[in-house]
Amino acid sequence: MPGRVEIRNIRKAYGSFLALDDVSLDIAPGEFLTLLGPSGSGKTTLLNVLAGFVRPDSGSITIDGAEFLLLPPHKRNLGMVFQNYALFPHMSVRRNVGYPLRLRGVSGAELDRRVEEALGLVQMAHLADRGVNALSGGQRQRVALARAIVFEPSILLMDEPLSALDKKLREHMQLELKRLHDRLGTTTVYVTHDQREALTLSDRIAVVNGGKIVQLGTPDEIYDRPKNKFVADFIGETRFLPVETGASGALLYGRPLRTRDDWKGATGEKPWLVIRPERLRWKGDESQTANRIEAETTDIIYQGDSYLITVRMPDGAELDLRRGPDLGGKDLPERGQPIQLWLDREHTILVADKS
Amino acid sequence: MTMVLNHPGIADADHNADALKRQGSRERRVLASLTLPGAILIFLVLILPIGWLFWLSFFGPSGEPTLENYTRMLKPIYVRTFISTFEVAGLVTLVCVLLGYPVAYLLSQLSERTAGLLMIFVVLPFWTSVLVRTYAWLVLLQRTGLVNTWLIDAGVISTPLPLVHNMLGTVIGMVHVMLPFLILPLYASMRAIDSVYMRAAANCGATPSQAFRQVFLPMSLPGLAAGVALVFVLCLGFFVTPALLGGGRVAMWAMQIANNISVYGNWGAASALGVVLLVVTGIILYVFKRLFRVDSFEGVR
Ligand SMILES: Nc1ncnc2c1ncn2[C@@H]1O[C@H](COP(=O)(O)OP(=O)(O)O)[C@@H](O)[C@H]1O
Ligand SMILES: [Mg+2]
Repeated sequence: MPGRVEIRNIRKAYGSFLALDDVSLDIAPGEFLTLLGPSGSGKTTLLNVLAGFVRPDSGSITIDGAEFLLLPPHKRNLGMVFQNYALFPHMSVRRNVGYPLRLRGVSGAELDRRVEEALGLVQMAHLADRGVNALSGGQRQRVALARAIVFEPSILLMDEPLSALDKKLREHMQLELKRLHDRLGTTTVYVTHDQREALTLSDRIAVVNGGKIVQLGTPDEIYDRPKNKFVADFIGETRFLPVETGASGALLYGRPLRTRDDWKGATGEKPWLVIRPERLRWKGDESQTANRIEAETTDIIYQGDSYLITVRMPDGAELDLRRGPDLGGKDLPERGQPIQLWLDREHTILVADKS
Repeated sequence: MTMVLNHPGIADADHNADALKRQGSRERRVLASLTLPGAILIFLVLILPIGWLFWLSFFGPSGEPTLENYTRMLKPIYVRTFISTFEVAGLVTLVCVLLGYPVAYLLSQLSERTAGLLMIFVVLPFWTSVLVRTYAWLVLLQRTGLVNTWLIDAGVISTPLPLVHNMLGTVIGMVHVMLPFLILPLYASMRAIDSVYMRAAANCGATPSQAFRQVFLPMSLPGLAAGVALVFVLCLGFFVTPALLGGGRVAMWAMQIANNISVYGNWGAASALGVVLLVVTGIILYVFKRLFRVDSFEGVR
């Protein structure tokens, strides 16, 4: 199966600013890989290096073993969905989608059939003769996707393709993208700053920060085993509590903390406990001292599908915790009352500020 | 128990309706009075003179009502002038497009700062009067002018070239005056073409020249049309440059108008010529607008 991408030591500087700092990444054929990171982290730059729109200072990209970096953009044969779609305003939907085929010398009935097929895949066949300015955001998105897949590229690039859509449509399109990828099996490199979108769509996620890939892994690896505070913070609704390390192990407010992995931070690095509110247990063994948090409830806010409960830690730090209406058989705490929370060992993760 | 949602003082749905309506109409009156000075000015300097022109065109030299001013235009001399006016305007517009498109394209591809600096050279001619510029061309192009002297001194030619007092001189002079009118709207519309479209074309597999012809050029057409319409229409009424550089060999509609007044003192005839020019110009602008509506991208195949 074609579509194996090997990115090696790509470096790109703008003046003294390193937009890509020695990025290396292997993408398996058929994989859906997401570059996830905050704005300005270099995701678009990396995608544009792949597409040939940005010339890096050094590095190598091979696709199916062949060097790719020196090819001009129009010879790269990659499908790309641009952030604002970049549909040609002087062409109808049909002509937009047919454009890559016509450039490849496809014409007549063959052209019509393949355009029809691509539009059918994105459920836009009925609007084929519209002008693109007469389409809604979601429809443009679909046409842009059809134009990117119509010539059956072995690799598909997408730069925040859903960011201009409203939340509901975005979530719907995520599922459609996933279904389309399952069906076509095209190697896909997807860029987003939305962690939930990345978790939903990806086979693997590369978390990007400051021009570097800080962690690469499957969605559950990224979520459950964040490598550092940045990744833990960027993914999920995360809270952090300061942890002391002594001779007897980790301590949280003086109580022992049994962690999944031993703390291996360098000297001088401060460990933080990663709190994922949904992993906290609101019921547990009151005689157990390890992995128990004692706090005071300061606020309870009803939010329909959940409660937002604010608790104050012994050191005065406040945590907002979201809980579903079912508290595991426990009554809702009351404001001002003490509260006890338990953490399972496998979900007790320490991270350092940097790694 | 029934719930009363109305405010206790509110008796019916028409509450405040009259006051709100009065407020609305007062606002409209204020807005109208703000536009009044402008409207009066337009009426005084534009509508009134044109109406006067139109009125005059139906009277003969001794004040008798007549259609003769219009029927006269069917004479060969007028028809020839009419055609030659369009030829000159068309030729000048064509040369402006050929020279101006590459310049506008270059400027649109440069950084905004560099383009701004170079733009000074495009608009520089605006800072001098047309008359001065036209005489300058005369100095350059006449038999003993700079160009001919240089060419003879350099041994390229032995007798002076007829560069002025003919169609060539007229077109050179008019293109010089008209070029900024083409470049400015074209440049603005090219600037507005996001470079992402060229990337998208390349990504689809278009070579740079294919991307230019199939994506950039069509997308720049509305701006080109605006510039072409502007230049063409301005050329139709052009007087000074063809009169000075044409040497009597280039007949323009505007020169016929001037003749009718300065030579024959026939205001009615001159007015009729003016009315025809105005109407023709209006028709051309309308056709251009219909052909190249910016939103006509919709549904184009
Ligand atoms: N042409 C450029 N010149 C200078 N700096 C640039 C240029 N393109 C991108 N950058 C910088 O590189 C960094 C990464 O940009 P980008 O890849 O667009 O980030 P992302 O897509 O992750 O938001 C940003 O800080 C941006 O300011
Ligand atoms: Mg980006």
